[in-house]
Amino acid sequence: MRKILVTLLFLFFGTSAFADCNIKSGSINILANDFPALRTFVETSKQCKGNADFKVTHSSEHNKIAVPALTANPSEFSARIAANSSIVPLMNQDLIRPLDDLVKKYGKGIQDSQLITIDGKVMAVAFMANTQHLYYREDILKDMGIAVPKTYEEVVAASEKIRASGKMQHPYAAAYKAGWNLAEEFVNMFIGHGGEFFKSGSAEPNINNAKGVATLNMLKKLSELSNPDYLTHDSEAIKVEWESGNVALMTLWASRSGTLLDDEGDPNITKATKLAGPATVGGGNIPAATLWWDGFTLAKNRSDADADATFRALAHAASNKKMVADAADQAVWLVEGFVPGPKSIGVIEAVKMKAKPYPMLPQMGLMHGALGSEIVEFLQGKESAEQALKDVEAAYISKAKEQGFL
Amino acid sequence: MPNKTFFWFFLPTGLAMILFIGLPIISTGIQSFYAQHDQIVKEVKKCDPFGCTVSIVVDNEETSKIREAKPLGKFNGFGTYTDRNHLAVDEIKKFWNETESVSAFIDQVTNLPFYKALIFTLTYCLFVTPNVLLLGFIIALSLNAVARRIRGPLIFGTILPMIVTPLVGSLVLFWMIDSQGIIGANIQNLMNDPYLSLKSSKTLTWITIIIYGIWHHSPFAFVVFYAALQTVPQEPVEAAIIDGASRFQRIKHIVLPHIYPVVTFVALISLMDNFRVFEPIIGFSAEGSAQSLSWLIYDNLVNEEVILFGSAAATSIMTIVGIAILLAPVLIRTWKEFRIAR
Repeated sequence: MRKILVTLLFLFFGTSAFADCNIKSGSINILANDFPALRTFVETSKQCKGNADFKVTHSSEHNKIAVPALTANPSEFSARIAANSSIVPLMNQDLIRPLDDLVKKYGKGIQDSQLITIDGKVMAVAFMANTQHLYYREDILKDMGIAVPKTYEEVVAASEKIRASGKMQHPYAAAYKAGWNLAEEFVNMFIGHGGEFFKSGSAEPNINNAKGVATLNMLKKLSELSNPDYLTHDSEAIKVEWESGNVALMTLWASRSGTLLDDEGDPNITKATKLAGPATVGGGNIPAATLWWDGFTLAKNRSDADADATFRALAHAASNKKMVADAADQAVWLVEGFVPGPKSIGVIEAVKMKAKPYPMLPQMGLMHGALGSEIVEFLQGKESAEQALKDVEAAYISKAKEQGFL
Repeated sequence: MPNKTFFWFFLPTGLAMILFIGLPIISTGIQSFYAQHDQIVKEVKKCDPFGCTVSIVVDNEETSKIREAKPLGKFNGFGTYTDRNHLAVDEIKKFWNETESVSAFIDQVTNLPFYKALIFTLTYCLFVTPNVLLLGFIIALSLNAVARRIRGPLIFGTILPMIVTPLVGSLVLFWMIDSQGIIGANIQNLMNDPYLSLKSSKTLTWITIIIYGIWHHSPFAFVVFYAALQTVPQEPVEAAIIDGASRFQRIKHIVLPHIYPVVTFVALISLMDNFRVFEPIIGFSAEGSAQSLSWLIYDNLVNEEVILFGSAAATSIMTIVGIAILLAPVLIRTWKEFRIAR
């Protein structure tokens, strides 16, 4: 009897606290990447689920699941939390629905700047921004009398100095794991050099040029200052390197700053970990970094009722002032009411320095894939920069032909 | 067994094989001859929190019309097979005409993704299969010779590598050879080179994966050989001992001929398994230095944000052909022996 009472009380409390989320039916199933800010976001939307079914899949393998799962009809997921790059395959295959009507109906608290519009239609609602920027160890730099680097040339000089002093053998770290991560570093550095990936207005590759060579040479210099196992290191691995005190300068995602600066691990390292904006390279004035947004999209192959329920729950989180105040440390929220803290320096600096967003082009995924495997041999010293870039272009062209882009 | 009984006995398995193996292979084969339709793109305005730009998107309305008319895609014949990411016919012709020495030509060819993967796959097969057979046989012989009382625990210990999930097994070794792991750090100390890394050197990565492969596959060979050794008749062995044959001579002239069919069987299975090497590459995060044919298929299907079904299908079919070629000599030999035996 008491149990029933308690349950009833809970139910009553639950519904009265979120009276604006009066979702009567429908089923919500979300696919998302796995990092703290996204977990917070999804948890917040769950508070608003009302009577709807609520399921979520957090997976770092989300990219591999998304297209097949959303192609099915009805699709497995009703919503997919996507980013600049991962929305593209969904758009290419026509798997997500325009949100204009839903935004009008339920999107009261969502700011206009959060809306991702393509051809005049709202395709996603963004809620956080992300980029890769510099992290540095204040204590080490101070000891050695090194100023906080602003360019990658300074990063190289500083790392060489630290190595020469014998303090650290591998003072620099970045996620250079062969595949997606390594390609992402190339994309950043190439954009920093002012490069354009494709000849304007076409899908013809445009990386085998002086800018491409300069990009590769810089990546190589940095890799030589990194742990020799760099080709197997992803973001998580270099985070561990940092926390064990092996690294003094690092390029890493802004969304990881929360876990670097939490109470776990050596307090001395945590205390000396400081954030700076992304570095520029080759005398350019835009940062060698790309801006990313994370936002939600709704599956096309799902009933309107489910889309309704899903949108209302997610919109609740995407306009939640309490969430962004409570979790101000976890991300740079694009939601109204967010007050940037010290952990958001990286993104804010990147925006101020006019960093470019990651190119949202239908064929960019193929280029990214080709980069990830074809530049490895250059870094290993097995082929020239020109040959590597030629290989990237050739690999890309074959794939683009098969996909009908060329 | 009368043919009729055999037929009914085999029917369920046969049906399942057609349904779950035969048909998918046929469908893969068909898929490999098709490419995606030409993409119809249009210029549109895109706005995100960082500003607006004009750029291109796929025109879904137009595309869906073409897709409905021809859902398989554009017929491409052997186009996918011969493109640069597969057999690279044109590229090889070009290299042949342009390069001056044979070694430069080989350099160029082995830089192509398919040949790079093929060379690793074949190297892996060539080193792992014979060593697995040899090691498995030696272990089986030694275990057959130890006292019965300790044989049980020893057998269990020996087949442990096979019980451990391949991915877990490779991950354990992966962490051990890390430059801060127990093996990696010790090798650095031994060589007195703080920049030495087993994972960044291509040759060392290959050696690691091959050693792992031998470690992982030997128990299978051992189990089969050990079972076969139990069937070796004792009379000829005893007769040989009386005639003064050495241990080596007994193995060579009595044991080996007796278990020969089993050796063929293990060699066949090993070759097939090794040609499809995949898990250790993922486990060791060795994509940078070592790619196998199976890894290429995986890469086409999941590593890109755009899935390349045609490419993956073409590589799959070529893998099947590759296995058939590798197995052909053994199969032909078995067939001949079978005919003689009848």
